[in-house]
Amino acid sequence: MKKSELPDPFKNAREETGIGEMNDQNDPVTMLLRHKDVRKGAHNWKTFQSGAVPGRIVVPSEVNIRDLRQIPFEVDPPQHADYRALIEPWFRRPLEESYTKKLNDIITKVIDEALILESVEVVNKFALPLQSRALTLLINTPFSESETWISWGTHVFRSEGDPLDGDKAEVLYTYLDEKIEEAIKTPSDDLYSKLAESEFEGRKLTKAEIKGIMVLTFAGGRDTVINAVTNSIAYFAEHPKSLQQIKENPEIINSAVEELIRYFSPLTQMGRVVTQDTQVCEHAAKADTRISLCWASANRDDAVFKNPNEVILDRKMNPHVGFGFSHHNCLGATHARQIMRTLLKTLSEKVSTIDIIDFEENIENLDQFKRKVGFHKINVKFNSKKIT
Amino acid sequence: MAKITFITNDDEKITLEGASGSVMALAVENNVKGIDGDCGGVCSCATCHVHVAPEDIEKTGEASEIELDMLELDDNTNEYSRLCCQLQITDALDGIVLKVAK
Repeated sequence: MKKSELPDPFKNAREETGIGEMNDQNDPVTMLLRHKDVRKGAHNWKTFQSGAVPGRIVVPSEVNIRDLRQIPFEVDPPQHADYRALIEPWFRRPLEESYTKKLNDIITKVIDEALILESVEVVNKFALPLQSRALTLLINTPFSESETWISWGTHVFRSEGDPLDGDKAEVLYTYLDEKIEEAIKTPSDDLYSKLAESEFEGRKLTKAEIKGIMVLTFAGGRDTVINAVTNSIAYFAEHPKSLQQIKENPEIINSAVEELIRYFSPLTQMGRVVTQDTQVCEHAAKADTRISLCWASANRDDAVFKNPNEVILDRKMNPHVGFGFSHHNCLGATHARQIMRTLLKTLSEKVSTIDIIDFEENIENLDQFKRKVGFHKINVKFNSKKIT
Repeated sequence: MAKITFITNDDEKITLEGASGSVMALAVENNVKGIDGDCGGVCSCATCHVHVAPEDIEKTGEASEIELDMLELDDNTNEYSRLCCQLQITDALDGIVLKVAK
């Protein structure tokens, strides 16, 4: 098996029953595995809700480590649409020219720094700094803040060996409380200030609501972006011709990014709470139990994708659900897409080959399934293009 | 060259000329309100949903199964719905009118 390969552990269950079973802290999850069921489940917010007890729709559940509701992620329509409308324009700023230029500078610098080193540990020394520095653009906060975020490690809620580290969540919460107070006292052009002055249903957003939006902004785009970036580096290390293909045909960058997101599926699944007794794939789903929408499985469904286990960078039709689907599709997707597009373009211009030195895979334990989602660490050597 | 008219949700009428590429790309380049084309044209986001004028359906042809599946779960879908990332600009599209769904 290639080191960059991400196998599909769901195939048999997807084809045989369409569901998987996962026991998660005594709150079991019925995983929907087929593309059609995942999209229908995501669309049907009345039966499969997001606005449950905070933390419950996340798998593994975060109910025991937080009470704060993440917004608009853990809110159902119609209120969800109002929150979303309030913040959506801000999260589309990555399309602005000044934003893409700054992002290009950040990514170019990360790659230039990597090129002069003998070896680079990609997760912590490449993807994490890249993600953190890019996040300063999304929040519109000083670049120096990224140093603090880098020091937190790769997952805001998780530390090594403990998938649900309450102490780490506390570090982020305390940090955000300070930033929100500061924004109320001395407003600036950052996202905290923008939220502090925003009106919702004829009143100002509460501090808890601002914090709920900020936690989502930090947590949602952390290990997902890190996995997407790291897995891309591993992929191009083993497929140097693909890098050349992008260099010669930069017009395929958009479809290449969508294809990598489909293949990597950086977020394996997202849960919902069942509001009324129903069925999924002829399997009873009782009210107040959980289902999950398994994006990673749906993205390998050969009823929809031809040769689903192959990366085809110029795949034309690619209805993947790597950024989720329907009302709750990823708010940070515009930012993430711009990161990936810029990364691919800059790598193809500056890097000839990448050598993998050693690595440690990150395998998620999903009870019935074990899924490789990326790497805990991977040391590589970046080789620059010869200047001609 | 094909002339393509977009009617946005606030009833603005924009006529654009294109020679190649997708109708979505033409709309995005010219900032047509309500056409975002987030996924760049691979049929994964439905942010380029339009209603084709009934008399122009013959020119655009019908949606593929993948496109129909996408439209089935989108808002404001009707029998004239298309994702305009799947419409390639050719002379055959000259004169069509598209109402932006969002």
